[in-house]
Amino acid sequence: MTAPAARIPVVHTSAPAPHHYTTLGLDSRKVAIWAFIGSECMLFVSLISTYLIYKGRSVVGPFPHETWTDPSTGHVLKPILNIPVTSASTFVLLMSSLFMVLALAAVQNKERPKHTRGERVLGNSKLWLWMTAIAGTTFLGFQAFEFTSFVHEGLTIRTNLFGSSFFTLTGFHGAHVTAGVLWLVTLLAIDYRRGLGSRDSLLVDIAALYWHFVDVIWIVIFTLVYLIK
Amino acid sequence: MDTHASATNLPDSAEANAHVPHEEEHAHPTWSTYWKVALILTLITVAEVWLYYIPSFVAGRGFIPTLLVLSALKFTIVVMFYMHLKYDHRLFRVLFTGPLMIAALTLLALMFLFGHLYIKIM
Repeated sequence: MTAPAARIPVVHTSAPAPHHYTTLGLDSRKVAIWAFIGSECMLFVSLISTYLIYKGRSVVGPFPHETWTDPSTGHVLKPILNIPVTSASTFVLLMSSLFMVLALAAVQNKERPKHTRGERVLGNSKLWLWMTAIAGTTFLGFQAFEFTSFVHEGLTIRTNLFGSSFFTLTGFHGAHVTAGVLWLVTLLAIDYRRGLGSRDSLLVDIAALYWHFVDVIWIVIFTLVYLIK
Repeated sequence: MDTHASATNLPDSAEANAHVPHEEEHAHPTWSTYWKVALILTLITVAEVWLYYIPSFVAGRGFIPTLLVLSALKFTIVVMFYMHLKYDHRLFRVLFTGPLMIAALTLLALMFLFGHLYIKIM
């Protein structure tokens, strides 16, 4: 004798976890990231303001755009900023934003059929996430090179007002890039583990917003700190 | 090509309960738009660096305003096209531009306060 079949409710374990939506129908996580970006704007403007206020007020060198002769030793220190290297790192960061937006588009269009080789390349989210992470790491490599060369040329965070404000500003930005690269690595881990699909597009969108914000901050820093004498 | 507005991928229940239709959100740009934007950003950056190496232009009055305009242009392009602010809900624009305006005004006020900017009266 067999027991009657019990009515077992079907549980969809793969269903997305419930999210909280605002009364406007917007995902609260996206509202939160925009509010966070707004607050980050204030943080970076405070650091940029500090740099600009102290600009040109250092008593001892090295200076960003001018040569300086040490009166005690007679040693001549050339302008410390290396514009060609920083231009290259700026280009790399700009390209990383392109890669990031292509990664987001690839995730959003994951379920669409891809007929040509070009469509398959553009739809490869892992490729674009890797490219973004590599570009971010390259930027950090440029920054590490720049910081090391500055220290070798005699500029540390304690040398003068320029050194203090410069290392604080660019160091904070570098820390944000590092956090962004770690975020990208977690997205890559998810992509390798279970695959990122269009249902995950908001996850990638939020990471992309953060990454682009880090890029726009560098656009401002590059002009105000490096190019304007 | 890309018609998905990520902030609106609501599950069915939430979609039904959403009170306000998303008439302000539009399709995101296409892949080709993203490539064109990258090209424009690169060209502007090349122009900035090129201007930096022209001594006569650097010594002139137009150098700093030109660089600031080019930088603001790049900033706007990234925010509008890569961050999709042009296509997303108006609330996101308010959340971003509000603090940005406050920060910009604070920066200007500090520049006046510490004597980096002057207003000529009379």
